[in-house]
Amino acid sequence: MSETALFIKGVDKFYGPIDHGVHAVKQLNMDVKKGEIIALLGSSGCGKTSTLRMIAGFEAVSRGTISMKGREVQTFAPVKRNVAMAFEGYSLYPPLTVRENIAFALKASRLSQSVVDEKVANIAKLLEIEDIMGRYPSSISGGQQQRASLGRALIRDADLHLLDEPMGQLEPQLRALLRGRIKHFIKERGLTAILVTHDQTEANALADRIAVMEGGVLQQFDTPQMIKERPANLFTGTFVGEPPMNVFSAGISGTSDTVSFGLNEGVKLDYKASDFSHAVRAELMKRSKVVLGIRPYAVRRSEGGVGAKVAVNQWLGDQTHIAADFAGGTMVLVEHDRTNLTIGETVAIRLDPSSLHVFDGDNGRAISHGQELA
Amino acid sequence: METTSTLEKTLRLIALTLVVIFFMFPIFWIFLMSFQTNETILAIPPSIIFTPTLSNYAALITGKLTTAAGTLDIAFMRNLGNSIFLSVTSVALALVLGVPAAYAFARHKFKGSEDIAFTLLSFRFAPPLLVLLPLTQYFQWLGLSDTYFGLIWVYQLICLPLILWIVRGYFEDISADVEYAYRIAGHSWFATFRKIALPLAGPGIAAAGLLAFIFAWNNFVFALVLASADKQPVTVGALAFVTSSGIQYGQIASAIVLSVTPTLALALYAQRYLVEGLSLGAVKG
Repeated sequence: MSETALFIKGVDKFYGPIDHGVHAVKQLNMDVKKGEIIALLGSSGCGKTSTLRMIAGFEAVSRGTISMKGREVQTFAPVKRNVAMAFEGYSLYPPLTVRENIAFALKASRLSQSVVDEKVANIAKLLEIEDIMGRYPSSISGGQQQRASLGRALIRDADLHLLDEPMGQLEPQLRALLRGRIKHFIKERGLTAILVTHDQTEANALADRIAVMEGGVLQQFDTPQMIKERPANLFTGTFVGEPPMNVFSAGISGTSDTVSFGLNEGVKLDYKASDFSHAVRAELMKRSKVVLGIRPYAVRRSEGGVGAKVAVNQWLGDQTHIAADFAGGTMVLVEHDRTNLTIGETVAIRLDPSSLHVFDGDNGRAISHGQELA
Repeated sequence: METTSTLEKTLRLIALTLVVIFFMFPIFWIFLMSFQTNETILAIPPSIIFTPTLSNYAALITGKLTTAAGTLDIAFMRNLGNSIFLSVTSVALALVLGVPAAYAFARHKFKGSEDIAFTLLSFRFAPPLLVLLPLTQYFQWLGLSDTYFGLIWVYQLICLPLILWIVRGYFEDISADVEYAYRIAGHSWFATFRKIALPLAGPGIAAAGLLAFIFAWNNFVFALVLASADKQPVTVGALAFVTSSGIQYGQIASAIVLSVTPTLALALYAQRYLVEGLSLGAVKG
């Protein structure tokens, strides 16, 4: 495989005294290959920004090592690491114009003026900020500042580009446009980038691999497809995916020919033993409690299914979201056509075993992701 | 937008005029007094119609004070020079020491940093008279009494805490990420301090410097006790106008005009710079 651009090993971050302060990042292990785009995805306070700042050198690493190009850099000053960063708060230099702010990043590289001008012009075009290049940061909008800040990071020829919520302030159309352009820009130049985001669409669209973080712990680090299809645990399963995965806790019973899940309110889901692989069945039978998960678009309406009472029926212009009362909880279904279901009507739904995710009832770890992948 | 009625405008104008008169009248009156002789000043009722004379200024500049009892030597010009020298060097030293310290306190929280900063501030709590006696004794033992060096040192009690605390606030207002952005672009922390933090905190540093200058300029007790005649600033030197043959109001007035001028000029100059700097530094989040 290609060369490793960044290697994080056993990294802990404490704010306050080690082992007694706030434990923001817990035993993080991660590797990033050269030319890869990685997304750190998680909710606020999950440790993703702390991780980014430790890589940049703005936060001390409490324990563990961070290596770049085979050298341990965790004790290096930011200047020695050759990384570029776009800050969530933009952090443009107030006395400089947007053009000067972006060109400023190239000062240390000692390029000729014509090369700098050309690079700045390219970046301005890429980020649609050509019309505000002569303005000062205080006179432009948050979205424009964010793009200027992004430009200042992307223009540099660094070993690693760190982008902290790079598109959070942009309007949706622009965000969609820039996602494509930025990915192309990064890939074309073979840059390595780590972006921090809480927007899964952004992570899915930009990243080669996504690191899902929660509570300072790396939950899963895999391709967007694998994270969607094979979530490592209940957190990843419910965090990634829109609308979120439906989850129901269930008891297990079974014979040599059947596997049955007993949900709340007496709802029972019966499957043939052959719907699950031998290994999965063995794992299931060790447990008395599991959590079942199914993605909204995988829930089918079909004759002979289990009854659920429609509570919401929303046509969103391109798809229908139906929420139905099911087993003491809510089952959300996504369909691609308009439906004429009325509120209170009972629909029969079927949970196909091939799209059923099963998680351990105690620790949330995934046991099965459906038959064809199991 | 808000609309203001004519009545409101008029009332506002009257209120402003009253305030301006209240604050400006003493200065204006002293300015008039400085061109009068003691006789016209003390005339009852006072009048703003008089024959102006430059004799007060002449006496101050030549250093010869003519009173009914004879001619006295006064060192006003020397005092003025002392004031300028002491204030400028004290503020300069306080800036050199205080600005980096303020930056350190703003950016690096270390064990006891708050305590040290607070201790420095507490120099401003005690009445100067309280520390004056022990200070005088120490200075005599150390051979520092009646030296410019000793005075500038003592003036740090006034200037340093002011500069430290005001400038620290300005540094804290600068987003640390702006500095990080500069550092990550390949600059050392010292370059970042010089090129980013200092210019952005510029208006604050100027304001703190100005304030410290005014405090140092107006200081009286330290200079009164720790300096002899040839090193005294104008605040102490003004005592010379209380002579055995009466108080020389005319000369006092002209001395005040002369000694206010440098601070006034500095404040007016810095005001322009402050407004400019503050509008430049306005960072939209």
